[in-house]
Amino acid sequence: MRQEHNNIFANIDWILVFIFMILVGFGWVNIYAASKTDESFQFLNFSTKYGKQFIFILLSIPLIIIILFFNAKFYEKFATIFYLIALFLLILLFPLGKEINGAKSWFNFGVIGLQPSEFAKAFTALAIAKLVSDKQYNLKLIKNQIKAFIVIFFPAFLIFLQPDAGSAIIYLSFFFALYREGLTLNYILLGSAFIILFILTIFFGSKWMLICAFILISIFAFYLFKKGGKRFFRFNWHKIAGVYAIVGLFIFGIGYTYKNILPTHQKDRFDILLGKKTDNKGIGYNSYQSELTISSGGFTGKGFLKGDLTQGDFVPEQHTDYIFSTVGEEWGFLGSSFVIILFMLMLYRIIYLSETHTNKFGRIYGYSLASILFFHVIVNIGMVIGLLPTVGIPLPFFSYGGSSLWGFTILLFIFIKLDAHKNYDW
Amino acid sequence: MQRSYLLYFFITLFGLILIGRLFQLQILNEQSYDPLHNSAVKIEYDYPERGYIYDRNGKLLVANQLSYDVMVQPNQVKPLDTLEFCKLLKIDKPDFLKRFKRAERYARYLPSVFLKQLAKEDFAFLQEKLHKYSGFFIQKRIIRDYPINAAANVLGYIGEVNEATARKNNYYQQGELEGKDGVEKQYEFFLRGKKGKKYFKRNNLNKITGSLDNGARDTLAKNGKDLILTLDIDLQIYAQKLMKGKRGGIVALEPSTGEILALVTAPTYDPNMLVGRKRSKNSTFLFKIDSINKPSYDRGLMGAYPPGSPFKMMNALIGLQEKVINQQSSFRCYNGYRYGKRKNEFMGCHCAIYDYPIKLKKAISKSCNSYFSNTYKKIIEKNNKPKEGLDNWHRHVTSFGLGNYLGYDLPAGVSGFIPDGQYYEDNLNYRWNGSSNISNAIGQGQILTTPIQLANFTAAIANRGYFYTPHIVKKIDNKTIKTPKYTEKKQTTIDKEHFEPVIEAMHEVFKTGTGKYSQVKGIEICGKTGTAENFIRIDGQKVQLKDHSILVAFAPKKNPKIALAIFVENGGYGSTIAAPITSLLIEKYLNKSVSKENKQRELNMINMSLQDIYDIQIQKPKEIASGT
Repeated sequence: MRQEHNNIFANIDWILVFIFMILVGFGWVNIYAASKTDESFQFLNFSTKYGKQFIFILLSIPLIIIILFFNAKFYEKFATIFYLIALFLLILLFPLGKEINGAKSWFNFGVIGLQPSEFAKAFTALAIAKLVSDKQYNLKLIKNQIKAFIVIFFPAFLIFLQPDAGSAIIYLSFFFALYREGLTLNYILLGSAFIILFILTIFFGSKWMLICAFILISIFAFYLFKKGGKRFFRFNWHKIAGVYAIVGLFIFGIGYTYKNILPTHQKDRFDILLGKKTDNKGIGYNSYQSELTISSGGFTGKGFLKGDLTQGDFVPEQHTDYIFSTVGEEWGFLGSSFVIILFMLMLYRIIYLSETHTNKFGRIYGYSLASILFFHVIVNIGMVIGLLPTVGIPLPFFSYGGSSLWGFTILLFIFIKLDAHKNYDW
Repeated sequence: MQRSYLLYFFITLFGLILIGRLFQLQILNEQSYDPLHNSAVKIEYDYPERGYIYDRNGKLLVANQLSYDVMVQPNQVKPLDTLEFCKLLKIDKPDFLKRFKRAERYARYLPSVFLKQLAKEDFAFLQEKLHKYSGFFIQKRIIRDYPINAAANVLGYIGEVNEATARKNNYYQQGELEGKDGVEKQYEFFLRGKKGKKYFKRNNLNKITGSLDNGARDTLAKNGKDLILTLDIDLQIYAQKLMKGKRGGIVALEPSTGEILALVTAPTYDPNMLVGRKRSKNSTFLFKIDSINKPSYDRGLMGAYPPGSPFKMMNALIGLQEKVINQQSSFRCYNGYRYGKRKNEFMGCHCAIYDYPIKLKKAISKSCNSYFSNTYKKIIEKNNKPKEGLDNWHRHVTSFGLGNYLGYDLPAGVSGFIPDGQYYEDNLNYRWNGSSNISNAIGQGQILTTPIQLANFTAAIANRGYFYTPHIVKKIDNKTIKTPKYTEKKQTTIDKEHFEPVIEAMHEVFKTGTGKYSQVKGIEICGKTGTAENFIRIDGQKVQLKDHSILVAFAPKKNPKIALAIFVENGGYGSTIAAPITSLLIEKYLNKSVSKENKQRELNMINMSLQDIYDIQIQKPKEIASGT
């Protein structure tokens, strides 16, 4: 095994760094377009959004150097501590957090606010990597699975209580990382099946879904009966009954919750997305404006600072969660596809690099990183272009916001550091 | 299978889904985005001046004037001294609150009209004080001005475009003005000009942030074109004066061109009633409340009645053309004409020439019903095929522009009705002949004509066989109109030589017949009076009212300058009202003034009121019974 280099930039993956720089740089260009107020150019200034973001970007350089400065082993060793700090900060939000938009997700330090949930993702990833990379650990065992679930569940639950359901959903992405390490696919399949069932129930109503589900399961049961005969049935009748009961209860529960418990504004989001309702002025205004703005860009876009809908501030929250609509309007199909392809390349690269790690810790961390980024990109862009319901999470490296930028920078550069060290002795 | 493939697969799949959706939004749906009409572009309009309207002698009929609206933008209003403000605007406090609430309901952040069309003197006073009240400001608007109080029915009026028009026609925005009736409506395209557009960029707060593309798309306003009408406003005013206290219509044409010299409906209204602050109140009255006098109903264009005796000239002309009669043919009258064996199959006649051969000239001047019944029967039963005969008759009649829309350039009108053979085939279930519809001989029965159609019919007689479609506009933007419809001669089916005897007879009417007391020295008037019976129902009983009187005339006999048709509701015999009015109009038009000896006639007509007869028709039977 080779000895460690003193140069902190040694062996780092420049492709990832390069993609990172393009995303952050292009992101800032679009934040500038979306938040520019008048002709005077307020660079390096806290009074404008783009000035503030520029300072955040500059500050992320020392942050990156610090991350790269520590030994890769440091992250493995202190993963638990980081995780606990993150949990502590999340708990501390309940007494001390500042409520913005109905959620207590921020610590307020005058000009700057800090959003612990953005950092918690990185530290949870470290904790999961540490837990699962343990030589004694076998994901096939239910006991161990539960341990992993608890590590994931805790921060997610605290974030959910803020309440920030959007950021909490992201924690589902860890299932992909666990799947890579041997967790059965059934969880993901089962989860997907229930999500599909959920959507269908909302769309068609619980009564029809109950009837359809009953018929489908009965056909399946009949098929099993034909194949396995009476003997099969005698041993498995309770499982079949269980399927009936669970599916039935699920559909009924969803239908009931949707009708009677779910707050109207959340119900409306689903209704609008599924086309059951149109409301281009009230709750559907964001999605409608954002789709209109993107669609107006056409193939090549209207050009930098020439998007009239962007410049007229017609899309609410355009510099944060809806930043992608600026790309769509001013840079067109070419620009927005370019961003998506950049993200895809970044994800491919991370997975590719993760697979080259001989060390389990780095690989698990890499998969967690890829999964988190993947979820964020899909959920955010999916929302902006009207494929998914309104879920307020940022587009990684792109959206305005220091916490989000730094959170993802930490997440990415810890991986780059681990990757740089993958060939060294641990 | 390697476990890493799943995530690769998902990344690829979802990446492609996102790109696919972008393709759908940005490339397939891109056409739905309009760079000029979307929420980020604000269009401001620069309104051109609407074209002026003049009469044939260059007298100004319609001009423009400035009007001042007080506007309000509620979100900019600061607490104010309402008492003082109300005093300034001459409104009371509840009214103030009502108007303010209405503006707020419309939009808090957009200006809307607070008080419409201030008087000029109020404006001057208010302008000095208004700066104290933030959120209130004054907007100039151009409205119409009518220097001469006449011809409201011809000129029409302008009003705000309604929502449906604004949606259908992309020139108009809601709240803009357009011609609603008369010339204003018909020639809207010329009068309105073209409004200028300025495009601005705006943000989500409706704040203008700059001009779009540096004003490259902006257009200048183009003023509307002036119109010169064929109307002689002096004649029109005079005719309106003569029709005071009566209901009816007058249409006067210049036979050699088809130009409308006067188009009168009575009662009428002052065009200035539909301008300014009183407008909405007045228009409600004119169009909705006053359903008895119907001042907005143009009787000259819309009133369809049986033409009565003037139609006898038509049958005379057809008879001559079809050679079923000639100038020497004669028929006898027995105080009427028996067209069937039953007792009631008899048409009375007032010509008072019993059992003596009557020739064409006398028949017209004395208006003999029997003569024309015989003629009509001969026309219809010429080949013993009444359907063919009637169709042929129909062909002749319609060649004079009767029985269908004439095609003049005013938006109001009805078609009238002239029956053809098929009509009787459909409506009579027995073998019919000329006797079955003998009323057509004397212009009663199923025939319906409007005064303008009759005037045109008269012009065709005056021209000895042709006419020009009547029209109201002479010049647009000082260029004489070249519309073929109005400049091409329309030939009737009657040969020229058949007109002379008929015209001679019409001249006789004013020399010795029913019009003899309405002669004008030095002017040879040719005309024909007529009456149309009318009945109404009072308390379920059919009551016959005084006949409507009808008169058509032209003058002078040689080289006619004016042809007209007049219709007076309940005017009785044509000789009492219609004939004197006709002669006065002709004298006024040809001699420019009324001679001294006819001044008494003028005075009589102006003072003549038929109001008591019209009052009977208001269904209040008790008042009639008490009849003091």
